Amino acid sequence: MNGRLTRILAPIVLLLLLLAAWELGVRGFNVRAFILPAPSRIALAFISNIQLLGWHGVVTLLEIVVGLLLGAIGGILLAISVFYSPLLDKALYPLIISSQMIPVFAIAPILIVWMGYGLWPKVTVAALISFFPLVVNVSDGLREPTEESVDLFRSLGATRGQIFRKLRWPACLPTLFSGLKVSATLAVVGATIGEWVGAHQGLGYLMLQSNARLRMDLVFAAILMLAILGLSLFGLLRIIERRVVHWRAPRKDVQEV
Amino acid sequence: MSSSLLQVHDLSKHYRQRGINVHVLDRLSFALEGGTWTTILGPSGCGKTTLLKILVGLERADSGTVLVDGAQVPQLGSIAYLPQHDTLLPWRDALGNAILASEIDGRSLKEAKREAIELFEHFGLGGFEFVYPHQLSGGMRQRLALIRTFLAHRPILLLDEPLGALDPLTRATLQTWLLEVWSELRKTVLLVTHDAEEALLLSDRVLVLSERPASLQRDQAVELPRPRDRGSADLVARKTALLDLLLVSGGA
Ligand SMILES: Nc1ncnc2c1ncn2[C@@H]1O[C@H](COP(=O)(O)OP(=O)(O)OP(=O)(O)O)[C@@H](O)[C@H]1O
Ligand SMILES: [Mg+2]
Repeated sequence: MNGRLTRILAPIVLLLLLLAAWELGVRGFNVRAFILPAPSRIALAFISNIQLLGWHGVVTLLEIVVGLLLGAIGGILLAISVFYSPLLDKALYPLIISSQMIPVFAIAPILIVWMGYGLWPKVTVAALISFFPLVVNVSDGLREPTEESVDLFRSLGATRGQIFRKLRWPACLPTLFSGLKVSATLAVVGATIGEWVGAHQGLGYLMLQSNARLRMDLVFAAILMLAILGLSLFGLLRIIERRVVHWRAPRKDVQEV
Repeated sequence: MSSSLLQVHDLSKHYRQRGINVHVLDRLSFALEGGTWTTILGPSGCGKTTLLKILVGLERADSGTVLVDGAQVPQLGSIAYLPQHDTLLPWRDALGNAILASEIDGRSLKEAKREAIELFEHFGLGGFEFVYPHQLSGGMRQRLALIRTFLAHRPILLLDEPLGALDPLTRATLQTWLLEVWSELRKTVLLVTHDAEEALLLSDRVLVLSERPASLQRDQAVELPRPRDRGSADLVARKTALLDLLLVSGGA
């Protein structure tokens, strides 16, 4: 069978099988809809509430994208400063690492107190949660060039700025994009947490509301919407990555037997 | 002697690392004449790369002087250097790699590209301008790296074992090729190798270094006309003599 076809079909077939088992299970054991709705029911809820989901989805997407952008820019700038300043490295790096031990759940309520119920506490949570992978990956990426490559540039009389622009930055792009893709999925989580803690709108808010009203089908529909948003963002990043990191040899499907 | 392009006088170098003191270079002195090809031949680990790095200005010697054109160096940017291992930039196509020096010097890129395309055409890389390094064979990559070094427009070129990682056939092809490029572009070349035959095939002069700490073991002129035949009795005899010398000095 064609390898590419398998790659596309295999997950779809598996998903369909799981959904079928779910549907049959719910019907067979007569599970109540407010406990676990069947996929068909969720699909129905998704379609009939598409406007509602779309509206709340736009709000959440905005939080995710702004949060991711701020987190990413912050993470990249931090990694670069830490790379060029040994003092900053010694002072900041332990703090950055420790900051990751604090669960975002603990910070989110504080942010609500400080910033209110609007967009910014959610953006902040998404930014805080998504900046770390970029700090780590960009720090590693900037160290990617070998000593000999740096020697080559220095032998040509290149300035530090030139070495950064023409060597370290391009060398760092592959790991930067790996970090960005991880950050994107984290930003989705961050925005949702921000909404759970206090919001008037957004998919997280919709989930809580529907949960309280025992509309489990709508909770699942909101989760589905969130997944679609997350996957689209991830897909978009992959497309950008392929354009930017164009020099990478195309990945071959190597079978190891 | 005062007219020499590059003069090295009494160069010594130690590396100190975690209390361990490695004596690498021991009072090396030699001079390169403009437009000539000199080869440094030495056992593995004797300090050849260290010597080149000092000449380029990447490392500091403990004592001794390096003069280029009578002026005190090392000043970074004045001598072209091809490091021992692959330093092609994977995100640039062949042409982009070739014009790196012009870019760093701030010269006209249009002019640099035109010139590079000409050299590509002339030296067997024609049609590969827009190909990325990972799509090139080992031999092609080295050709590109060498062209890049020539295009730096520095009067002196230091080449650190540029053919060391190639298979024997490709290596032989590239030796001929390199000689062709050099005889047209006429630069002063200092090549590092641990291959005695390569040294004799290519250079006007062979400097033999001893085991670490490297000192000058022999300074031998090679007055044979080029192109040389690696099978000729004269060359084979000289090669045997050089190998004996290397073995005596303790090279493994
Ligand atoms: N930065 C460094 N710090 C400490 N020791 C070093 C450093 N660079 C090189 N050395 C040591 O100096 C010695 C000479 O190294 P060098 O790389 O100059 O040898 P080489 O002749 O180029 O070897 P090869 O033939 O393997 O390329 C080696 O013993 C090496 O371990
Ligand atoms: Mg070496």
